[in-house]
Amino acid sequence: MSINKKVGLFIPCYVDQFYPNVAISTLELLQKLGCNVSYPMNQTCCGQPMANAGYERDTVATTQHFLDTFESFDYIVCPSGSCVHHVRDHAPCIEGKETFQKDIQHKVYELTEFITDILKITDIKGTYPHRVGFHSSCHGQRGLRLASSSELNQPVFNKAKQLLAKFEGLEWVELSRKDECCGFGGTFAVTEEALSVQMGKDRLQDHISKDAEIIIGGDMSCIMHLSGIASRNKQAIKFKHIAEVLNEAII
Amino acid sequence: MNHPVQAAKFLEDKSNAKWHDETLWFVRDKRDLSSKSIPEWEKLRELASGIKDNVLSNLDSYLVEFEKNATKNGIKIHWAKDAEEHNQIVLSILEEKDCKAIVKSKSILTEECHLNLYLEENGVEVVDTDLGERIVQFLNQPPSHIVLPAIHLKKEHISEIFHEKLQTEKGNNDPYYLTQAARKHLREKFLAAKVAITGVNFGVAETGEFVVCTNEGNADMGVHLADTHIACMGIEKLIPKREHLGVFLRLLARSATGQSITNYNSHFRSPSEGKEIHIILLDNGRTKQLGREKFRNSLKCIRCGACMNTCPIYRRSGGYSYGSVVPGPIGSILSPGIDLKKHSTLPFASTLCGSCSDVCPVKINIHEQLYEWRQEITKAQSSINAKSIAMKIANGIFSTPFAYKISGQIMRGSLKILPESVTYSNLNTWGKERDLPELPKQSFKDWYKNKGNE
Repeated sequence: MSINKKVGLFIPCYVDQFYPNVAISTLELLQKLGCNVSYPMNQTCCGQPMANAGYERDTVATTQHFLDTFESFDYIVCPSGSCVHHVRDHAPCIEGKETFQKDIQHKVYELTEFITDILKITDIKGTYPHRVGFHSSCHGQRGLRLASSSELNQPVFNKAKQLLAKFEGLEWVELSRKDECCGFGGTFAVTEEALSVQMGKDRLQDHISKDAEIIIGGDMSCIMHLSGIASRNKQAIKFKHIAEVLNEAII
Repeated sequence: MNHPVQAAKFLEDKSNAKWHDETLWFVRDKRDLSSKSIPEWEKLRELASGIKDNVLSNLDSYLVEFEKNATKNGIKIHWAKDAEEHNQIVLSILEEKDCKAIVKSKSILTEECHLNLYLEENGVEVVDTDLGERIVQFLNQPPSHIVLPAIHLKKEHISEIFHEKLQTEKGNNDPYYLTQAARKHLREKFLAAKVAITGVNFGVAETGEFVVCTNEGNADMGVHLADTHIACMGIEKLIPKREHLGVFLRLLARSATGQSITNYNSHFRSPSEGKEIHIILLDNGRTKQLGREKFRNSLKCIRCGACMNTCPIYRRSGGYSYGSVVPGPIGSILSPGIDLKKHSTLPFASTLCGSCSDVCPVKINIHEQLYEWRQEITKAQSSINAKSIAMKIANGIFSTPFAYKISGQIMRGSLKILPESVTYSNLNTWGKERDLPELPKQSFKDWYKNKGNE
């Protein structure tokens, strides 16, 4: 990729508010990889929480705002599979601006796929001496196909693993149920609270029983849910976003 | 029916919920192994999906072709527009044969029509002959799963039921012993029934024949001993040609249980001498669903149940939590089309994880339809409820950067100053069993600005 291309940093609203370090890591990582990155200050939310709750029609203005904010960039990169999936596949169609919207949708990438598919970097040198479990977010995995899905008869791949696995000292944990949902699910986390929590506990247990030291995820929403349960139950396992890990480990 | 309430109730018995989850995961695991043993699996799914798309697009002509060929073979075809008409047709045939007791092999369609209740009210004894269905029938329960009707029951519980109903030895939980008892009991029913009812897995338009798949051979036993066979069939069950069975039979059993093929795939073409075959073709809302562009391909379903076995919600909430004849993900996209109000919580009983769509042998985009049903349901609900006002406010906030910034600051600010008793009170559902993240001093936006960026 030409270094002169302009990359717009798209930070999910809850990451902006709750997990600034994930955003900072994404910014620094992309800069280390040679990108010309900037963060358009006017961005807000992509509209996903409303759309998944059944109010897609009420996100037209939000979607319009997103398109205007990111119009001038060559690439739009986001450390969340879920938000990217929404912008690409679920955002309501803006009437009269279909081509404009399509053009922008095609420029939106989740962080790991941007690194492996656009920057074409498959081998990042670094050290990360930890035993890690990876939590694939469903929207990233089955929505954006960032990893093969266990239901399909297809060659096994995982873009995050591709980037992490070669770090010196990193031990990759194989889970019993390798891509089961953690139970976050947006408003599902509160409307189906009992199920959501049970699914989270089960997911955590899979990692803990395999002696994972850190759970790495590509979506902070899943991690917020899992870490919230672990913290309440005084489970010592740690959590990181993949941007933080890549940014820390990279040489 | 309210799914969250039922799910929470199911989860109260933690060890039972865990057992249910693991039991169904075991079936999903078997399905994975079996589907991966066939290199052309994804091609088969593609093919099956394409064939079913073709059927749905030409359903009118395939139905006419099927009727013509079946009639030629000596089968009597009946058309039923709804459940009531369907049940009346069944009863009229029974009355004509002066039949007061029937045997029935597994048919979700007759569950949909509540046929058992209707016949019993009209003085006909109905005996479900599928072992799982017989067990739930003893309990006056509907099936909790479309392929594994009694999957929610443990063998100890079944032993108690059999002790009461079939006088088996108390406390004898040996599956072989219990199965033998059921077998003996059912044998008498088979011998006595003059009419047997079955469902239909596939109707072949080209030949006018139909195929019924069972693992226990109970459909064949019933049909061969009876003089009259009534086959109850949804109009979407057609496939164009016999050769297409090769695609569907390979997918069905592997998806359902991980078997390479169902034990009995019985082809019925024409009645033997002195006997009768009737087919009742049922609409009951199917043409309506066919007319809904976003939801029509839910009619491609071949009822394998794989979406239930894979669904992390179904596994942890049980079939009854859905309150619909077909539970699980596929039920959650079929049922709102029948009664939107009654089933309005079902499309929300999902994280939209997408596992159901990836496991589906006919590639129904189940999770996308769940998303679409959500849009329909919120439209149908009053537009002045609290949630919809919140969404309109949210759209206002997120389309205005300044408003977003202020509300974010208020949110982070108030979380910091509110006492824990409020943040984690019952009003805050998130906080019941989960901690909130530690709050950062500043948002990323503030950090970025402080670095001298604008």
